[in-house]
Amino acid sequence: MLKDSLQSNVSACVSLQWRRMKPLISLNMELITLPALHRMAVCGGTHGNEMSGVFLVPELERQRKEKGDAIWPIPLTTVLSNPQAIKECKRYVDKDLNRCFTSAILSSPITDSTPYEVRRAQELNTLLGPKQTNDAIDMICDLHNTTANMGLSIICYSHTNWICLHIFKYLQAKITTVPVRLVLLNIPIGDAYSLESVSKYGISLEVGPQPQGVVRADIFNAMKEGVNAVLDWVKNFNSGEVIEGGDVEAFMFKKTVDYPRDPETKTPIAAVHPQLQDRDFCLLKRGDPMFLTFSGETVRYEEEEPLHPVFINEAAYYEKGIAFHLAQKQPWTIPSIQAKKV
Amino acid sequence: RERERARELMLPALSRVAVCGGTHGNELSGVYLVHERLKRRKKSQVMEPVAVVTVMSNPRAVQRCVRYTETDLNRCFTHAILSASEQTSYELVRSQELNSLLGPKGSAEAMDLICDLHNTTANMGLCLITYSDSDWICLHICKYLQMATIPVRYIHYDIPRSEAYSLDSVGKHGFAMEIGPQPHGLIRANIFMAMQEAVQLLLDWVRLFNSGAQFEGGSVDVYTLVKNIDYPRDPHTHTIIAAVHPDLQDRDFCLLHPGDPMFLSFSGETLRYKGKEPLYPFFINESAYYEKAVALSLARRRKLFIPKKVIQT
Repeated sequence: MLKDSLQSNVSACVSLQWRRMKPLISLNMELITLPALHRMAVCGGTHGNEMSGVFLVPELERQRKEKGDAIWPIPLTTVLSNPQAIKECKRYVDKDLNRCFTSAILSSPITDSTPYEVRRAQELNTLLGPKQTNDAIDMICDLHNTTANMGLSIICYSHTNWICLHIFKYLQAKITTVPVRLVLLNIPIGDAYSLESVSKYGISLEVGPQPQGVVRADIFNAMKEGVNAVLDWVKNFNSGEVIEGGDVEAFMFKKTVDYPRDPETKTPIAAVHPQLQDRDFCLLKRGDPMFLTFSGETVRYEEEEPLHPVFINEAAYYEKGIAFHLAQKQPWTIPSIQAKKV
Repeated sequence: RERERARELMLPALSRVAVCGGTHGNELSGVYLVHERLKRRKKSQVMEPVAVVTVMSNPRAVQRCVRYTETDLNRCFTHAILSASEQTSYELVRSQELNSLLGPKGSAEAMDLICDLHNTTANMGLCLITYSDSDWICLHICKYLQMATIPVRYIHYDIPRSEAYSLDSVGKHGFAMEIGPQPHGLIRANIFMAMQEAVQLLLDWVRLFNSGAQFEGGSVDVYTLVKNIDYPRDPHTHTIIAAVHPDLQDRDFCLLHPGDPMFLSFSGETLRYKGKEPLYPFFINESAYYEKAVALSLARRRKLFIPKKVIQT
């Protein structure tokens, strides 16, 4: 039940990269010096019905008004990414905004028929980019929610984004209220389609489970804690101290699995099995139940390779033909880094 | 009370029953349950002992996986709206179509029983929501459903029938069967199975009732809506400034006392319940109610004694 999608192509890319990279992993990685971070943005409402970000962004502005800019280690821009979708409390109006940041879409001409989100992506690229130039903002922290039971997941779109990977390492050590995990994709920068790819070092914070259109206090607090920890990390990094590297545990996307569907109508004929529901990041082995049809039959995982399901039963993915992603758990070595004082 | 308990009720058979789903297009348990029932009927012309009409109430909203396209269908069944002429909006036209199909509301031709299937993001288990606290059919059904694996409760909105606005009010007897928690736009297997079990038990009860079975009297806890509480809002922008407090979130039907935490502002302050009377909260943090300015509903609970019931032959 593989979906022939961008993700499959991506996973093919990942396997190729991995074969090339493998010898490097065993070497002792040296200290890498990176420029200090000068400007960052926190974005919420990239999907208008993912409410933690929609409410955290105004709360950050309220803090700024009350206590001044000095509460943050560096100048911070807050953005409500998709105002129209937020107003309508929908994921998007015309087109998923978080798929509109490829170089091709960002440079496409605007006409009368250009979807709302494409125009908005180009506005955001002007505000926070331009992508792949020196003027681009140093970091975008993009806030998302999922209906899947994923705790706080850091989504990193490049396996050499050391800033993002170090932030994950820091958050995992610091945050104890929810499980913190790293989801790693490897998309070449030109093809990178999400908002944080506009910045030099982008990071996505995904917190769940939360229904769309709902703000839960516990999930909001987890998101707030995550953002505060990111800001702490930025402060530590910018101070010039050596941030120790090491091994982190990464979940690398390999493939997606769609719902079993009726061959004529294409509507799903099964739901995620109760024994798989809510068990994101657990191991799915051959023979384990995957789906339960509406007529009561169990559909099992038939592949040899045990993998870890992620984004199990995300409401927004039904239309993308995704019941869950399957990921491989890998240690990933990250080098020590230090901010270069300019 | 002894006399009430001993009392027997003679009521007519329920010969026409409707099961409706997709009244809100993104409440998927009902959508898929109706879908499955229609599919099974197409495949094998099984004669059910009761004539059950299965209806997908809002097909356009179902197709788009939204609650509604122009207006909330489940607010379109008041007498005023049903009798208005020249309705143009999709849901207003559709409510009149459903009224012709399952009603007309208030007439002898109306369905004997309508069961309208819904989901909620609130942690409510299974609730039968009706406009009456003296409809012995609905109360007996609620008592019978107690054998389901999910907790089952009876909610009563004290609204006169003509002002009753939901689809289930079109039938002579009716209720919304509300199951949660489930996010809108997705289907959870355990919630689907609970709804499937409950609908099966409901139809079993109707079949037994129609065949002359007697049901023991007993008692049912009835939760009657007293008031709705809105989110705290910014006085200028009107946007929400707090979420349901973690101590209240998911605690539907746990008694809320004066002084108990209700909301936690985004800046970290606790806001407490200022009412004088301890009440039972439900529909805590239902996503569709943000636009209706309802963070939670509050109910009084009382025990209702229901007489033994027999069918009139």
